[in-house]
Amino acid sequence: MTSRDATPSAVAPAVDHSSSPTLTSAAPVDEAGGGVNTPATSATGSRSRSGAGTADIEAAGHRGPAAPSWLTALGSRLASFAVAALWAVVGLAVFVALWQFASRGSATVPNPLDSARTLGDLLSRPFFNTTNDKGIGLHLYISLRRVFLGFGLAALVGITLGLIMGAVRPVWSALNPLVQVLRPVSPLAWFPIWLYIIEEPAQSAIIVIFITALWPTLINTAAGAGAIPRDQRNVALVFKFRPLAYLWHVLIPNALPSIITGLRLSMGIGWMVIVAVEMLQGNSGIGYFVWNSYNALELDKVVAAIVLIGVIGLVLDAILLMLSRWVAPEEAHE
Amino acid sequence: MTITINGVRKSFRRRGHAPQEVLRGVDLTIGSGEFVSFIGHSGCGKSTLLNIVGGLVKAGSGTVQIDGQPVTGPGPDRAMVFQNYSLLPWLSLLKNVRVAVQESRPDWKRARVDEMVERYLTAVSLWEHRNKRPGQVSGGMAQRAAVARAFAVAPRTLLLDEPFGALDALTRSRLQQQLVDLWDSESETETVLMVTHGLDEAILLADRIVVMANLPYPSVRTVIDVPIPRPRSRTTIVHHPAYDGIQKQLVDLLIADDDVESTEAAVA
Repeated sequence: MTSRDATPSAVAPAVDHSSSPTLTSAAPVDEAGGGVNTPATSATGSRSRSGAGTADIEAAGHRGPAAPSWLTALGSRLASFAVAALWAVVGLAVFVALWQFASRGSATVPNPLDSARTLGDLLSRPFFNTTNDKGIGLHLYISLRRVFLGFGLAALVGITLGLIMGAVRPVWSALNPLVQVLRPVSPLAWFPIWLYIIEEPAQSAIIVIFITALWPTLINTAAGAGAIPRDQRNVALVFKFRPLAYLWHVLIPNALPSIITGLRLSMGIGWMVIVAVEMLQGNSGIGYFVWNSYNALELDKVVAAIVLIGVIGLVLDAILLMLSRWVAPEEAHE
Repeated sequence: MTITINGVRKSFRRRGHAPQEVLRGVDLTIGSGEFVSFIGHSGCGKSTLLNIVGGLVKAGSGTVQIDGQPVTGPGPDRAMVFQNYSLLPWLSLLKNVRVAVQESRPDWKRARVDEMVERYLTAVSLWEHRNKRPGQVSGGMAQRAAVARAFAVAPRTLLLDEPFGALDALTRSRLQQQLVDLWDSESETETVLMVTHGLDEAILLADRIVVMANLPYPSVRTVIDVPIPRPRSRTTIVHHPAYDGIQKQLVDLLIADDDVESTEAAVA
């Protein structure tokens, strides 16, 4: 599961910057899913009559003792999962071995074992809180809170504005150039401005996350809302749909998959940028923790933090991926 | 109620091409209670003409008037059935019909809305399937729902754009019958305009068949009357003395356009 899901999230941000940023990033996920499913179903054989010759021969072997087909399917599913898991372990082992090799005899570069020990140490008391030091759990909590606040605000503004942009041509024309110019700007460039205006580093960080997370959601929502099939628009015209019905029955359902894609990209980038913001902002959060550990030359802590940041990013992406799968059947028809 | 089409022209501009005329001065008057079929090759502008009557496409020049009132935009008095069903895929068949009725007839009371929705979904025998979504039913059922939706808003004119083109022959003939039954019944729908590729379908359903000419002079080539009394049935209509003559006339007209598609249309 994890290895499959990690791939599209790595691909997704790159896809977003292309000129047609809608559903493309969802496609590899489904293909990967299909790839796992296909052998499982064709192995059951009895159902797929038109299957290739090899599948039929395999199936003939299974037919004798008449095992329930779901059991066979589950079995081959588990088997393919076990194979994938095995390879994941192999990949990790090779990576750690190379790391160990690279860090041997060095006093500064942390080796895998030290880093693992530090990680365990940090996780053993995640929420301690003294005047000049905090547990890593607390730092992560602070960062997550900032990301959620900025992301939530961006979702609210991005979806609303995106739907309007997609539905109303003049609004699109008015905002699109602005969006295109601001989108490639590193969100960190905004930090000094907000810091100066708000004079409050923590809130400035949230606003930077808001700006970071705004663009993917806005652009994807606008693209989704702008691509309403002609026949659905005709239906709305002929049957005189009023604005609310158009919004609810045409605009939002059509845009929903790309909205979720946008949210997923926003969350991913937001979680990346928060680390950098907190390095600049410098008093709390996981980014601050990383920078502080560097200043104290405790690189093993940095490595431990990287692992945690990665795992949390994966979980955040998985949640939004589940959300997108949940809405996917809506568009599967037609 | 009379539909008057007066000198309607339309050309489409495509990037890198000269503007292409798809309608070159169409004049036609359709009386109340008439069922008129439009037939012709692909690209002869028959769908465009229907969309202009429906208000979805603006005429380049010329006018369409309904009882003397110029058509300015689409509306439920000219409900349409499209070739590709055009149901909203996330709504059940019931909700597809219901939302259309609610939106296009905001002045109707809830009871009237419910009654119309149930009457026409029942008429196309979809009432027991009303809670299924378009993706869960066959193409024929989806198109029946689209027909029910069009009738349920009580349009005086019904516009059908190759409504049965994507269906198999059996389903098509069943739906043709249902369509005529609904039109004959107490529905408010008086006039039907239908674009079709099928010669048999045109003869079976229409009072008059408008044959459209191909490029370079896309317009009305001729109008053929179908003086076969109703009710007509698919099996007996072919024995009517006028049938063969009309069919031959249609085939000749379409083949005269010297296009391979004419034979295809004749076969269909």
